[in-house]
Amino acid sequence: MTQEAAARTGDIELRLFLEAMYSQYHYDFRGYSRASLKRRLALACQRLGCSTLSALQERLLHDDRILPQLLDYMTVQVSDMFRDPAYFRALRQHIIPHLKTYPSLKVWVAGCSSGEELYSLAILFREEGLEEKTMFYATDVNGNALARAEAGVYALERVALFTKNHRLSGGSGSLSDYYHAAYGAARFDQTLRRRTVFSDHSLASDSVFGEMHLISCRNVLIYFDRPLQDTAVGLFRDALVRKGFLGMGARETLRFNAHAKAFTEILPQERIYQKRGETEDPCAR
Amino acid sequence: MRTVTSIRHIEAVVIGASTGAIAALSQLLPPLPQDFPLAILVAVHVPADQPHSIASLLQAKCRVRVKEAEDKEPAHSGTVYFAPPDYHLLVEDDRRLSLSNEEPVNYSRPSIDVLLESAADVYRDSLLAVILTGANHDGAQGARAVGRAGGTVLVQHPHSATARMMPDAALAACPTAEPMSLADLTDLFLSRGRGLLCRP
Ligand SMILES: C[S@@+](CC[C@H](N)C(=O)[O-])C[C@H]1O[C@@H](n2cnc3c(N)ncnc32)[C@H](O)[C@@H]1O
Repeated sequence: MTQEAAARTGDIELRLFLEAMYSQYHYDFRGYSRASLKRRLALACQRLGCSTLSALQERLLHDDRILPQLLDYMTVQVSDMFRDPAYFRALRQHIIPHLKTYPSLKVWVAGCSSGEELYSLAILFREEGLEEKTMFYATDVNGNALARAEAGVYALERVALFTKNHRLSGGSGSLSDYYHAAYGAARFDQTLRRRTVFSDHSLASDSVFGEMHLISCRNVLIYFDRPLQDTAVGLFRDALVRKGFLGMGARETLRFNAHAKAFTEILPQERIYQKRGETEDPCAR
Repeated sequence: MRTVTSIRHIEAVVIGASTGAIAALSQLLPPLPQDFPLAILVAVHVPADQPHSIASLLQAKCRVRVKEAEDKEPAHSGTVYFAPPDYHLLVEDDRRLSLSNEEPVNYSRPSIDVLLESAADVYRDSLLAVILTGANHDGAQGARAVGRAGGTVLVQHPHSATARMMPDAALAACPTAEPMSLADLTDLFLSRGRGLLCRP
């Protein structure tokens, strides 16, 4: 087969595989960025001993035990506490003062992975005196990741970076106040997640749940293609209260999004957006 | 020279470099005219905590636009897009750029292999890949993928590179790759090569 023909066959296999995944298990990866997904699935084939994606598809359809493993390949689970400290510093300095004016708060960490971002926010809200009036919603499509998020246990060798990030984010106390080190692991204070609901939720297929004051969705949309990014940001727009905030990853932007006009770019450097009020929403007119 | 005449309908350029990258790119990119007819995608290994981004460093010296890529940004001609530190840079079928946080490849994020393989997949035989100086093997697999998809691979002459391991590895991995001096590469990018580099 020529290179050209092989590439075409590869595209067909990918499309069929994603259809099979969706039809049988309702995991919808059809709108994911192809470039990264192709790499991840090639890796899965290699590690699971399948010479083609069609072979992997056969296994997927006939053996649901490989589903969790496959989800680990198809979603990227990289995170750190207080990742990009400037983002968290900006929340502290510029967003928290707005949030303080509400009697109660809802915060949604969408695509929370193993919880690093959630615990970062919970600590930040505690430090800023907002924890008691806040409910956190931590969601992800990957069940293994959610279980790790609930546990809140991280390898001790990662804690030096977490500590440095926390300090750079303007953290008032010491990060060591929030975890307990034992057997090479740091177990984060369970009271930090007292006000958190963890749930399995896909930005690609589940519906909105609502009245959020802050949505933090970082390094998740980069895995979506443009139309799916529109869907997800539409979901965020509908989930946010008027003047609610949306925080994105350091290299993510709403500039190419269909719903860009529904938001104001209030902290462009840190990728923090604010939903416009009804009257200033140009789409509403 | 065979290389020059064999470059036909190039649609994009991808460049990979590591040790010595800044010096090599400072020779290669500044002569390009503002209306350079192709998009240039670059993955270089630099320490993530460098205070000044390599993009802003080079923008100061260049007439073409130089920036760090943003997710889903369309790749425009006359613009050099750098993979941001700590992200892989990839290209989608619609010629938009994608970023990814996935694990380092060859201990590198961004990885040159990741960029080259995804670009080869999209641009096929209308891709020109350039491997410059570097002290590791990243880019070799990518160069092979570009060659196999029918694209053109040019490699900085190992003996003229600050670090020759990366050029050597690319030449070994990709049978159609050709070594070239930085000066010839610059020439190729400039007026002499310009007609040949343009789309038909
Ligand atoms: C790279 S991690 C980002 C973790 C964290 N937000 C951060 O920035 O450090 C991406 C996460 O998005 C999740 N994800 C992927 N597709 C999703 C979807 N359709 N809905 C919700 N989460 C998704 C993945 O499972 C993974 O946990």
